[in-house]
Amino acid sequence: MIQFSEEKLNKVKEIMARYPEGKQKSALIPVLHLAQEAFGGWLSSDTMDYVASLLQITNIEVYEVATFYSMFNLQPVGKYLFEVCQTGPCMVNGSDQIIDYIKQKLGIGVGETTPDGLFTLKTVECLGACGYAPMMQLGKHYREHLTPAKVDAIIDECRAKAGN
Amino acid sequence: MGRKLLLDKAHIEGIRYYDVYRKNGGYAAAEKALKSMTTDQVLDEVKKSGLRGRGGAGFPTGLKWSFIAKPEGVPRYLVCNADESEPGTFKDRYLMEFLPHLLIEGLLISSYTLGANSTYIYIRGEYAWIPDILEEAIAEAKKNGWLGKNIQGTGFDLEIYVQRGGGAYICGEETALIESLEGKRGNPRLKPPFPAVKGLWQSPTVVNNVETLAAVVPIINIGGEEYAKIGVGKSTGTKLISACGNINKPGVYEIDMTISVEEFIYSEEYCGGIPNGKRLKACIPGGSSVPILPANLLLTTAKGEKRMMNYESLNDGGFATGTMMGSGGFIVLDEDQCVVRHTLSLARFYHHESCGQCSPCREGTGWMKRVLLNIENGKGKMSDIDLLWDIQRKIEGNTICPLGDAAAWPVAAAIRHFRDEFEWHITHPEEALKRNFGLAHYADPLPVPQPVA
Repeated sequence: MIQFSEEKLNKVKEIMARYPEGKQKSALIPVLHLAQEAFGGWLSSDTMDYVASLLQITNIEVYEVATFYSMFNLQPVGKYLFEVCQTGPCMVNGSDQIIDYIKQKLGIGVGETTPDGLFTLKTVECLGACGYAPMMQLGKHYREHLTPAKVDAIIDECRAKAGN
Repeated sequence: MGRKLLLDKAHIEGIRYYDVYRKNGGYAAAEKALKSMTTDQVLDEVKKSGLRGRGGAGFPTGLKWSFIAKPEGVPRYLVCNADESEPGTFKDRYLMEFLPHLLIEGLLISSYTLGANSTYIYIRGEYAWIPDILEEAIAEAKKNGWLGKNIQGTGFDLEIYVQRGGGAYICGEETALIESLEGKRGNPRLKPPFPAVKGLWQSPTVVNNVETLAAVVPIINIGGEEYAKIGVGKSTGTKLISACGNINKPGVYEIDMTISVEEFIYSEEYCGGIPNGKRLKACIPGGSSVPILPANLLLTTAKGEKRMMNYESLNDGGFATGTMMGSGGFIVLDEDQCVVRHTLSLARFYHHESCGQCSPCREGTGWMKRVLLNIENGKGKMSDIDLLWDIQRKIEGNTICPLGDAAAWPVAAAIRHFRDEFEWHITHPEEALKRNFGLAHYADPLPVPQPVA
C-alpha cells in the first residue's frame, strides 16, 4: 500500500498551497520528486496513481509528465544512482574515461545495476557544472572534478553507508 | 580589473545570510525602489540601463517588462528562469548558491514594478540542494519584512516560491517553463499570445533569467544611466561568463564587456590560458547553441579587428564569420580536441532534449546524431557532410521554439569552419578511431609559454 508519511503529506499540502485555487496540478513535479524519494528511488505505476489521487488529477496526467522528465526513474534503480554527465564540456575534461572506469570498477554497463542492488550507472546530459568537470550527481548533490581515485572514494563511501 | 556589480560582495564571508548581506548594503535598492520610486520610475531606470536578457536571447529587459498586459482584476506573475541547462553555462547556479539575497532583492524590485504579488523561481531539478538555500534566504527576508504582506509598510505584498523542475533543457524556454510550472510536459507554446499577455494560468507573466533579475539591484543602486555607461554600445553593464573546457582557471567571471576575447582567455585575471602550453583550437563563447569559431576568427574579426567580449563584437560577421554572446557559457577547446566528436556530443544532447513536439526537431536531431556517430566511428561517407548541412537547414526556423535552431547552429558552424576535419575523419577512419586527429586551426596569438628551467 503506497502511502506518504504524515510529514510528507504535510509537505504536499504546503506545496499545493503555493498555487491559486484549482491549480493544484502545478504541484505535480515537486510531489513526484517527493514520491520518488519516499518510495525507493523510482516511480511505479502504483506510486503515480497515488500521486494522481492526492492531486485529484487523472492517472494519465501523471504518466505523461513522469515519462517526459529525465529525473524520474520508471524502473527500479540501485540504492546509489551514479548519474555521470557526458556532454561537451565534461567530455572535453575526460568524462568518457570516468564512465569507462566506473563500468570497469562496478562491472556493469550504462543503465545497469550491480547484482547486490547497490549501484546503478546512468549517463546524463549537461548538469550545469561545466567548470567543475568531469562530474556526476549522487542523490541531492554533485560530485565534481572526478578522477579514478575520487570515484574509488565515492564507491567506498557508499558501501560504508550501506554497511557492506 | 573590470568593474564588478554582481559579484563585488561574493567574497564576503557569510554574504549568503541576511544580516551580512544587509550590513553590506543589501536591500538598499529595494528600499529605494519601494519607498521613493513609482513603478514607472523603476521601469524607466531599467530601460535607461539598456539591460538585455542574460539568459541567452539578449532582449531588452525594460521593453519586455513594458509589454505586460494589465487587465483589471487579473493577477500578474513574475517567473524567474533558473532552469540553467545550456551546456557551458553555470553562472546562475553561482549566484543562487552564494548570493541568494541578491536574487531575492532583484525579484522584489522586479515584482513591484510589474505588479506581481506571487513570484516563482523555477529551478532545474538537478540543482537539488539550491532550493534549500533559496528557501532559507526567503524565510530570512520574510522575517525581516522584505517579503509577505505590506512589505516595509509600503502596502506591497509579495510571496516568492521555489519550484524544482524534473530535468528537461527545454524548460528553459519561457513557454515550456510555464507549461512545466502548470504541472505539464515542457512543450513550448505557439506565440502569440506571448506570456506578457497570456502566460502562467493564462495570466500576464514575465519570465526573466536569474542574472537579469539580479542585475536590477545595481541598476537601481547606481541608476540606469550610470549602468549604461559601463560596457560599450548596446552591451551595457556587466555580464557573467562561465568559463570551462581547456583553460587553467575555469569558473564564473564578471566582465564589463570592454575586454578582448584574447585577454579573457589568456590573462591571469580570467581564464589564465590553456593548460600544458597547448594551443587554442576553437571556442564556443555563449553556450552550446551558439556557433563554434576557430581560433583565428575567435580572436580577430574577419575585418581584422580585435574580437571583444560583448554582444556586437561577438556577433560581428554574422554566422559566416561571427558567433553570439548567448548565455555566456564559454567553452574553450585546445589543439587536442576533436571538433567532430564535440559536435556529436552536442547533437546527442539536443536529440535527448528535444521535446518531440515538432517533427523537424524530433526527427532531425536524431538523424544528425546518427550521421555524426557514423563519421565518428569511421563509417562516414563524403556525402554525409552535405547531408548534415541539409538536415540542419531543414530544422532551423521550422520549429515552434528555438531548440531546433539551437540544435542546427552547432552542426552548421562546425561544418562551416572545420569541414576539412570532417573530411579527414571520413578519409582516415582508422586514424580517427585512434583519436589521432592530425588537424587543427591555430591562431597562436601569444608565444607558447616555455617551462622554467
